[in-house]
Amino acid sequence: MIKLWKWVILMSERTIAAIATPLGEGGISVIRISGEESIRVADKCFVAFSGEKLLELEGYQASYGRVTDKDGQTLDDAVALVFRAPKSYTGENVVEISVHGGTVITRQVLRRVLECGATLATGGEFTKRAFLNGKLDLTKAESVMGLISARNDAAAKISRGAREGRISRDTADILDKLLETAASLAAYADYPDEDIPNLNQENFSSLLDECYTKCEKLISTYDTGRAIREGVNCAIVGKPNVGKSTLMNLLCGTDRSIVTDIAGTTRDVVETNVNVGDIMLNLADTAGIHTTDDTVEKFGVDKAKEKIENAELLLAVFDSSIPLDDDDKQLLSSIRDKKCIIILNKTDLSPAFDKDDLGDFEIIEISAKMGDGYQELCSAIAQVCKTNMLSPDDTVLISERQRDCVNHALQAVIAARDTLLCGMTLDAVGVCVDDAIAALLELTGKRVTNEVCDEIFKRFCVGK
Amino acid sequence: MIKEYIAENYDIAVIGGGHAGIEAALAPARLGCKTVMFTINLDWVGNMPCNPSIGGTAKGHLVRELDALGGEMGKAADATTLQSRMLNRGKGPAVYSLRAQIDRREYCTYMKHAVERQENLDVKQAEIVHIEKRDDGLWHCITRLGADYACKCVILATGTFLGGRIYIGEVNYESGPDGNFPATELSKSLAKLNIPLRRFKTGTPARVDRASIDFSQLEVQDGDETTTPFSFSSTQKPQNKVVCHIGYTNDDTKKVILENLHRSPLYAGDIEGVGPRYCPSIEDKIVRFADKQRHQMFVEPCGENTEEMYLQGMSSSLPEEVQLKFYRTIKGLENVKVMRAAYAIEYDCIDPLALYATLEIKEHEGLYGAGQFNGSSGYEEAAAQGFVAGVNAAHKILGRKPLVLSRSSSYIGTLIDDLVTKGCSDPYRMMTSRSEYRLLLRQDNADERLMPTGYALGLISDSEYNRFLERKEQKEQEIERINRTFFAPRDDLNALLQEKGTVPITTGTRLADLIKRPQLDYKCLAPFDKDRPSLSDEVCEKVEIAVKYEGYISRQQAQVDEMLRLENKPIPQDFDYSAIKGLRLEAVEKLNKIRPENIGQASRISGVSPADVSVLLIYLSK
Repeated sequence: MIKLWKWVILMSERTIAAIATPLGEGGISVIRISGEESIRVADKCFVAFSGEKLLELEGYQASYGRVTDKDGQTLDDAVALVFRAPKSYTGENVVEISVHGGTVITRQVLRRVLECGATLATGGEFTKRAFLNGKLDLTKAESVMGLISARNDAAAKISRGAREGRISRDTADILDKLLETAASLAAYADYPDEDIPNLNQENFSSLLDECYTKCEKLISTYDTGRAIREGVNCAIVGKPNVGKSTLMNLLCGTDRSIVTDIAGTTRDVVETNVNVGDIMLNLADTAGIHTTDDTVEKFGVDKAKEKIENAELLLAVFDSSIPLDDDDKQLLSSIRDKKCIIILNKTDLSPAFDKDDLGDFEIIEISAKMGDGYQELCSAIAQVCKTNMLSPDDTVLISERQRDCVNHALQAVIAARDTLLCGMTLDAVGVCVDDAIAALLELTGKRVTNEVCDEIFKRFCVGK
Repeated sequence: MIKEYIAENYDIAVIGGGHAGIEAALAPARLGCKTVMFTINLDWVGNMPCNPSIGGTAKGHLVRELDALGGEMGKAADATTLQSRMLNRGKGPAVYSLRAQIDRREYCTYMKHAVERQENLDVKQAEIVHIEKRDDGLWHCITRLGADYACKCVILATGTFLGGRIYIGEVNYESGPDGNFPATELSKSLAKLNIPLRRFKTGTPARVDRASIDFSQLEVQDGDETTTPFSFSSTQKPQNKVVCHIGYTNDDTKKVILENLHRSPLYAGDIEGVGPRYCPSIEDKIVRFADKQRHQMFVEPCGENTEEMYLQGMSSSLPEEVQLKFYRTIKGLENVKVMRAAYAIEYDCIDPLALYATLEIKEHEGLYGAGQFNGSSGYEEAAAQGFVAGVNAAHKILGRKPLVLSRSSSYIGTLIDDLVTKGCSDPYRMMTSRSEYRLLLRQDNADERLMPTGYALGLISDSEYNRFLERKEQKEQEIERINRTFFAPRDDLNALLQEKGTVPITTGTRLADLIKRPQLDYKCLAPFDKDRPSLSDEVCEKVEIAVKYEGYISRQQAQVDEMLRLENKPIPQDFDYSAIKGLRLEAVEKLNKIRPENIGQASRISGVSPADVSVLLIYLSK
């Protein structure tokens, strides 16, 4: 029986291929082949006009020719670009064949490449190989995955930032401070007789304060990042016929929801994704919430209430042209603790109540029908989701794993600070600091004690 | 070529009678193996060629752990203590460290007699000049006089004797420590075995005449009022018989040293050996930390029946006349008389990466290393390794399972794991910061951590083990009682709380929660705790720490559990690292050389990056 790990190694020696560009109509499409045999595989289906075999090319050289089917018939004109291991994305031999775009041609070329000996790559396999071949570390691989799945510019931007190592750079800063603390604590313990300057509690607590602020800031970027990447779950709520569906359609730019004058037209939840500025909203238009005997409508109302529970952002719509009634007031109280923007619709009609009656909410006045107030609404959404505070250079945590690590560090820093302030001995503070260091090292992936030892050596004159 | 004669056969031969050699010889003899210990000078078994003290930060932990396993060092130290101090009181229980000044001569006498009286152990004054494994499958140790001892296992505990060379200024000569003969021949036969040898060096300060010191110019350092013994078996608290003193270097000291730096063999480039980073000579300290105003010096007596005083922190390899000149710049030492000059000593030792965690040399079955030979520094580090090497050699012969202590179990485990996994580029000294689990590896709970292991080994007696179980039982019952005892608010109690600077209680409060308050301790609450049983100081300390630090202990335990997850991912011993393309060349070389047993060990190898480890993890988790 072949040992498992040997099998794994064998498996990673397969040559894989996949379409590397998005499927659809486009100028060109790229089929990427990676693996030891990739150039040989490409040579079987690619005929250069120069007659030169790809195997004769050096790395980074391109060849112009055509891709042929098994009978030698031309499928498409193409450019083949050769990368030689280890200087390629995956660290293996890679050939990228660029053909004219179009789903049919691209699929035909891929099928031909597979016939010639490649295996279809599984999702993320190129990146996995790049990682296994030492081309990417874990956080970078993580960020590439983010980059691939980015659904808008902002998402791509933050993933690119992670790939450039911005997360490591930012945590390095916090780590430095924690290591300095740990090193002082260690020297303090290890050299009891040495006249090392006494540890200054204020210094410590201000170092820990700084770490606290930085960790917290880093964590807050996660929500922003996730909002950008995955979209914010946003529900449009309100009593019947205040114009929720009109608002939905305004945000979508199309008639996604059916709009009538009949209250209760929307009975189920209508969902769609829209980009509002940098933000993607996973928008749900809900049935108007009111007391009803209609079974179908009631079902829709229950679903709407569920949406309120689960939404990260609520757009609560009120009709400014009619006075607030019990349904409105009930809604106001049910959204009190949620992240919420109040939308005062139908401002094209004359107001029937004072907007102060709505309480202490962010209020945007619009006329969904006329399209007035759209810009204000967009910036209010960005404000609430904090993306407008995101500068292009900001570090953004891009995975739940990263957030867990920083949060673990944050909790440990808080514990360290509390321990220090309540007057416990410093070894207990040290346990918490070590814990925070371990969590941050886990984020970027390093070990702890050696660094502390070396730090002592650098910073202190110590003898016996 | 000398004429050899067949002498005796032994199960185990230990080469060296220092701190490593003693434990390496006693443990197997106690386990029933026929053992011999060779020493170059029988008068100096267990000599302390450097500081006349045992313990200190992390080192005190090693002694307590060794004692819990059944070693001798703690008992010997308790019997010969001159002054005892628990260092770091006030810095927290994780770093309390016991340190004792020791009567150097008395210690030697105690240890010499201990090995002499030990059943199954022969002690011989002889220099081993050659070792080799012959066709009979046995290791043959040949003495300078031609005696051939055939043994199943050999433990090298050669200390600074192996290829020893002393340096004092421009003068250097072959020598062991304290005027003993060096072992000049043995290195050659080790080299023939392709054992990777290297040169390390260490140094010691001068010994000076007590009568020539003006103690009025120095600060006094007293021992503890209530002392703590090293050994869990010691029933009596050691007595403080002497005091130590503290002095400081000054600008003149610095001036003399800097003016004569060119005469130091280190700066002149005569010494190739690497010295201990954490125990630098005074000239080293002055050069490396140029902006430091002064350096501390401790004046420690070498024994009750001698006037020799040890100047801790002042080791040097400058010429004798320069030494005298700079010592005399120190306030209180203006007229000091040097009895023995300070010196540096260079010696041969092994690259510990060539060792298994059992301390057996990978390429040579039955050959073990311990102590300075393995690249460490310090008596306590040596003794701990001697014990582990001794037990493992015995277990090999007896067909028992090897003794490998984990990092999370002990400083001993951490020490050995560091040596055999990370190696060392300078003499390795134990420090509390080497352990990531300081709060769990305390000196007070060394018995709880290791005595069951010592008992299972057969090196802890039934009576000692029963006393341990009794302590443990008392501790657990008391903790349980503390957790279910409530104090009602009372004026006298609240007065105490306010006096201690903490808030009074208004409702019934759990005793455990009061003990957790940093301002309070177990003892001060005694007057209000009418059901409190009478317990020994030792048990009280254990109880207080366990209650007070409960939250922190469990936080650290979580870190241990996390580490054990990696530790429990084994790597097949025939794993072919070169077949994995993702590993960097350096990592492949290190991994092939060290052949870690699990991912945890692999992750600690320097030169193996986290990215390498994640690649390994991915391959192994498939």
